[in-house]
Amino acid sequence: MALIEVRDLVCRYGSRTILRDVSFDIAAGEVVTILGGSGCGKSTLLKHMIGLISPASGGICIGGDEFIGSDANTRQCILRRIGVMYQSGALFGSMSVLDNVRLPLETFTRLDAAAIELIARLKLRLVGLEDFAALFPAELSGGMQKRAAIARAMALDPQILFLDEPSAGLDPVTSAGLDALIRRLAESQGMTFVVVTHELASIHAIADRAIMLDRSVQGIIASGTPDELARHANPIVSGFFLRKPED
Amino acid sequence: MNDHASTPVTTLHQDGEGWQLRGPLQLTTIETLWPQLRAQLKSGDILDLAGLTHCDGAGTALLFDLSRRGITLQGLGEENARQLAALQPDKALPVMHTARKAGPISQLGHQVALLIGQWRNQVSFIGGLLLALKNSAPQARTLRSSEIWRLCNDCGTNALPIMALISLLLGVILAFQSALPMRQFGAEVFVANLLGLSLIRELSPLMMAIVLAGRTGAAYTAELGTMKVNEEINALLTFGIDPLRFLVLPRLIACTLMAPLLTIFAELIGLTGGALVMKGFGIPFGTFMGQISGAVDLGDFASGMLKAGVYGLEIAGIGCLFGLSAGNGASAVGNATTRAVVYMLVTLVVTDGIFAFIYYLMGW
Repeated sequence: MALIEVRDLVCRYGSRTILRDVSFDIAAGEVVTILGGSGCGKSTLLKHMIGLISPASGGICIGGDEFIGSDANTRQCILRRIGVMYQSGALFGSMSVLDNVRLPLETFTRLDAAAIELIARLKLRLVGLEDFAALFPAELSGGMQKRAAIARAMALDPQILFLDEPSAGLDPVTSAGLDALIRRLAESQGMTFVVVTHELASIHAIADRAIMLDRSVQGIIASGTPDELARHANPIVSGFFLRKPED
Repeated sequence: MNDHASTPVTTLHQDGEGWQLRGPLQLTTIETLWPQLRAQLKSGDILDLAGLTHCDGAGTALLFDLSRRGITLQGLGEENARQLAALQPDKALPVMHTARKAGPISQLGHQVALLIGQWRNQVSFIGGLLLALKNSAPQARTLRSSEIWRLCNDCGTNALPIMALISLLLGVILAFQSALPMRQFGAEVFVANLLGLSLIRELSPLMMAIVLAGRTGAAYTAELGTMKVNEEINALLTFGIDPLRFLVLPRLIACTLMAPLLTIFAELIGLTGGALVMKGFGIPFGTFMGQISGAVDLGDFASGMLKAGVYGLEIAGIGCLFGLSAGNGASAVGNATTRAVVYMLVTLVVTDGIFAFIYYLMGW
């Protein structure tokens, strides 16, 4: 059974349709990238998948539970299975990096303070930030903030991590480091990753499978491994991978 | 897949010399197990993990904890061993240095340095503002009149409802509270004198300033603070545009112009509230107005207007100053806004005292 099932999803902002009849499955342990040009609906799709926006129609199942229109208990249960890293990191500026990671553990578990601290520090070790636990987000570089945000998203051991544009605004070296981290976490922790990105290098480095959206079809134009998409017969798809400007 | 359906049980058994752990090791099952393991297992003990069915990140953290306490872990499956290896159990966690609490002398020094820094900041702000004003004066048309008009609308017109409510209640309360004791002496008619003088000279400018500080001054701090966080101020600087001239001056002009107008509005509404109450005490509207015109002269009105203008200038200046000197992040903008409002209120009271002293010396 697929871990994430998206069925006939229609997303609208007012009367403007962004995505129409989008359907796909993601299996447990997969690293899937959602890609496409600016304005094709990547972030909109992500916001629907994490429950921030309700679709006009269609359904999203996570771990067999229907997310759309679910009751409060089911919704809470689904939210515990997912972790999200936002484009800006969205770390709480008034808390240290360690406290940011500690917060969900303190809120949702009854573990004692020592256990919570150990788990939080080990999450930071996993993303290579163990020496920066006492710092505040404003004292970290952009790449470090994103890694800290991944550590926070992993705090409750979600089955799925959603990452929104993890490489945005990062230099190629930092971006490659982040890609390696995602791949390492997927392999060592067995997590499922859904990554919204349009960075070609990242797509090739991390994705088991890529789903490409396009404005012209208001939905999925192609799906497959990054190499398959790069050789796709549709010129929009192959053009994206060849960085060919639109006519 | 329903986590909320039932939580599997993890059990710990003593098996001869060693211990056995069976079941899943995950966030939901380790809450009670972790203290139990800490209490029962000692360094040198052997823990057999062959019965471990599933282990998540929190469970791996527990294994890390046991491992660093000297407990030998045996029979760990390949996947779980890989997870544990990723946490590098052989490498100790770095010591976290918590900030040492400063002593009283150090704290005093820090506060004094902070205060001096703030003063320097304020002096530099005022200097920059005067310079911006001097540079703008010969070419006043370059000031963005549409922006000033929008700001006037924001801090003036949009504040009328709240100003009306507060002023009306102030007039009603003042009239009622003073009319009751004055009636004992048959002096209700002099309530109009009291209301006229207190509202026009003192209370209306002050109430207007308090509303302006809470409504507009705080908004200026938050707006400019957020602009600083979003690097909009840097964008202006790199264009070669002076933020003081572009952002602060229009706000200062708008607030200084609108504050006296809001005060006149507040005075009119406050006196109307008072007149309505006095009507109930048998004082006709004409008599009420006659008493006021006899008690309040143009000097009283002008002194109130002067105060209002200065209050407006101070509120906009402090709001902008704290906004421009806000730190980075949402909490820094929040802190700056709180500090700005407190600073505005203290400044208003101090300024009111200075005005009272000057008016007394001048015999006004």
